[in-house]
Amino acid sequence: MNGTPALDKLPTSALAMYRSIMVIGALCALMIVTVFNATEARIARNREQALAAAVNAVLPEARVTVPVALDAAGALHTADVLPALPVFLGYDADNQLVGAAITGIGMGYQDNIRVLYAYSFERQAIIGFKVLESKETPGLGDRVETEAHFIANFEALDAQLDATGNSLANAIVPVKQGEKNNPWEVDGITGATITSFAIGNILNDSASEWVPVLEANRQVFAQAPAQEGNRGAGE
Amino acid sequence: MPVNKASNTDEFVKGLWRDNPVFIMVLGMCPALAVSNTALNALTMGLATSFVLLMSAICVSSLRHFIPRETRIVSYICIIASFVTAVDYLLQAISLELHKSLGAFIALIVVNCLILGRAEAFSSRNRLVPSVMDALGMGVGFTLALLSIGAVREILGAGSLFNVPLFPDGYQTWTVMVLPSGGFFVTAFWLVVVNWIHQRRALSP
Repeated sequence: MNGTPALDKLPTSALAMYRSIMVIGALCALMIVTVFNATEARIARNREQALAAAVNAVLPEARVTVPVALDAAGALHTADVLPALPVFLGYDADNQLVGAAITGIGMGYQDNIRVLYAYSFERQAIIGFKVLESKETPGLGDRVETEAHFIANFEALDAQLDATGNSLANAIVPVKQGEKNNPWEVDGITGATITSFAIGNILNDSASEWVPVLEANRQVFAQAPAQEGNRGAGE
Repeated sequence: MPVNKASNTDEFVKGLWRDNPVFIMVLGMCPALAVSNTALNALTMGLATSFVLLMSAICVSSLRHFIPRETRIVSYICIIASFVTAVDYLLQAISLELHKSLGAFIALIVVNCLILGRAEAFSSRNRLVPSVMDALGMGVGFTLALLSIGAVREILGAGSLFNVPLFPDGYQTWTVMVLPSGGFFVTAFWLVVVNWIHQRRALSP
């Protein structure tokens, strides 16, 4: 912008520039909103199906799953509408409570990571894990979904409560690859340190919040509630 | 405006072979290397990019007299980014699994220099029909190139094509082919083949 107009064209007026950007911006916004509205219902349905499949994958023993939520007073009740981070109780074929599938969220390397994990009442441990949503670096961070030794962390990750029943006996801690010595440690991935540590921290935060609540309500929800409250996520 | 003597068919055909975006112009290499690990991913990425290429060519060409020179880049990027957002939603509506397997690369179509390159070099200077033909040719050429990389990588690396197993159970998969390095090997192989054929043709009388 040294004030010398191009030889072939006169300088464009500021108004024309504003006008072009405003009109294009408005058209683009209109298109995005239209597409969003047209696809919203379908995407929500796909998400619900994917969540049901994920619950089934982390808690295969469960035949029936029931979504639960905490109310304002902190009491656990069956949820009619799925909250942003849904939690499901899983019941086996005899309607006995076997475990819970819990959604957790936390910051990864690029963006929030949403995970689903299963808690077993009998073993007092995390017994299954699946990434629901992540934008981690392809080939590096996304190895948390594929790396066998990392997945093996969640075959039996200790999540026992301490004597008070209000917090985990041992916090779940991520450690560097190959340095796992205790059942409550998450063996990380070299080359995906931030993402694998993030997963360990997400599990610790979520389990610290949910395991005490679930254990406290274990007797109340020991049997599957009446049929109308059930959602067939495990089917 | 440059005089455009090439026929519409020629505008279409040039993207397939003579000016193939991946093998000749070497544009859009990031998705070409990254999401060509399976034939299905390659095909989806190719189609998504083609859609954005086509729609942005239509918009840029139709609005070429309306967009001043000074604001053209911001206008093109705005148009391209909007269509990429639309593709993102559409893919999620079609299949979440597919959307997840393409990961961050859907959003990264915005910065695929092939699209901005064609908008700047072609659509902004040509009428609607040649622009559409150019975008279609480039899109199909890009898709075919990705598919040819993806097919080789999937066959060698996973022993299947479009998830259909091709070999008996004993087949030893060549895992490196589905890893990032496999993308470089197969792309280099195709670059050699395509450019060798081009050179032979140029030399032959």
